[in-house]
Amino acid sequence: MKIQVVVVLMLLFGTASMLQAQQKVMTKTGEASFFSKAPLEDIEAHNKQVVAIIDLSSKEIAVKMLIKQFNFEKSLMQEHFNENYMESDKYPSATFSGKIEESPEILLTESGEYEVKIVGELQIHGIKKPWETMATLTVKDGKVSAKTNFKVKTADFKIEIPKLVIKNIAETIDVNLNFSFEPIS
Amino acid sequence: MRPYIFSLLLVCFLFPAFGQGLLDEINAQEEPQENLVAATFKGSRIINGHSVITRKKKAFEFLIAHRFGRINSGPYEFFGIDNANVRFGFEYGLSDRLTLGLGRNSFEKTYDTFLKLALLRQQTGKKQIPISVTLFSSMAWKSLKDPATEKLPKFTRTLAYTHQVLIARKVNKKFSAQITPSLVHFNFVQEPQKNMMLAMGIGMRYKITERISINGEYFLRNDEGEPEDTFNPIAIGVDIETGGHVFQVHFTNARSMIEKGFIRETTGDFFQGDIHFGFNLTRVF
Repeated sequence: MKIQVVVVLMLLFGTASMLQAQQKVMTKTGEASFFSKAPLEDIEAHNKQVVAIIDLSSKEIAVKMLIKQFNFEKSLMQEHFNENYMESDKYPSATFSGKIEESPEILLTESGEYEVKIVGELQIHGIKKPWETMATLTVKDGKVSAKTNFKVKTADFKIEIPKLVIKNIAETIDVNLNFSFEPIS
Repeated sequence: MRPYIFSLLLVCFLFPAFGQGLLDEINAQEEPQENLVAATFKGSRIINGHSVITRKKKAFEFLIAHRFGRINSGPYEFFGIDNANVRFGFEYGLSDRLTLGLGRNSFEKTYDTFLKLALLRQQTGKKQIPISVTLFSSMAWKSLKDPATEKLPKFTRTLAYTHQVLIARKVNKKFSAQITPSLVHFNFVQEPQKNMMLAMGIGMRYKITERISINGEYFLRNDEGEPEDTFNPIAIGVDIETGGHVFQVHFTNARSMIEKGFIRETTGDFFQGDIHFGFNLTRVF
């Protein structure tokens, strides 16, 4: 009899914590840019339509960006990027889903800057890899913003760089992400 | 004991996988995007004729094209290599849809200029358009002096116009096809030739690797009134793309590199060995 009471209480507790106001923040104008430095050429591209959501209560985070929305200065470079390297008709987006770890409770009402660790799974070019990176999360005036940068090895995601252009494209690419979130219900 | 374990398991399933739920939420909210089909052909030419591809805004393309002499002209002429025709051309994207071109041909010392307008672009996503349609109009001026008088003939007599509707479809990653209804107008003709001639072009390309493709082209003319010794132009070749360059290497029975020439003035019979080896080399800046 006692055990059943405990179980019911546990269930109630579990459901209650789920129903607790899930504070989510979202952006559809997140910025992602990457940079490749090679002996013959520097390549840079920017995507200003990255979508990201953070659930502040569960500390979960998800990010999605369309490959075709990366803009290059040279349109021919953009065409090659999509056609030959990223095969964006086959793999239209790059995604991340994971969790913020090792961080204190983040509340919209408390301004502060937090260095956090984000752990999860990164998907590029159809290849999924466990991923972690450090990020800076800032809460100010009830709004959240996040910044991170990390390096990606093209080989890890089966992005083939032919020998002919090895001096034009780096094997390790620098990636920068910058988000300004708005609260959503 | 059993109900205790059962309830415990139930509680575990109440919590979704980390982050995955959020990603699904993003996907659910995504609006359909305009998805233009890119690179139906690697460059602005299939072989002799134009493809639906136009230059992007402010992009500048430089082209050099060669057609050597006939392979069946024998070893003394080094199978045609000794006898080359050149076309230099420049193409500029006034906008993503409108390209302006200028060129000069050593063959008959002809200058050519054209406008190319991408009317419809094949796309999926927000709008579904199954084909690309580009309009093409060119004017050619033959600046060859009359050998008898050593003077340029009357200006309007030396002009020829070509109008085409280029209709293409990228069928899949490897194969694209195009049909090109064409109209070639000579300002000056002699009976029984007519000023206007209609022709239908067919072009295709098949990618054998990421950067190499095999291209083929044929124009079927309505040759009523045309000189007996003119033939439908055929061309077959290979495209190699490297970074900003496209190399096109091919064999064709056409000596001229502009529409009014290769569509209407081809005097070579491909199957009798009147074959010209040639190449197009383009660089986009």
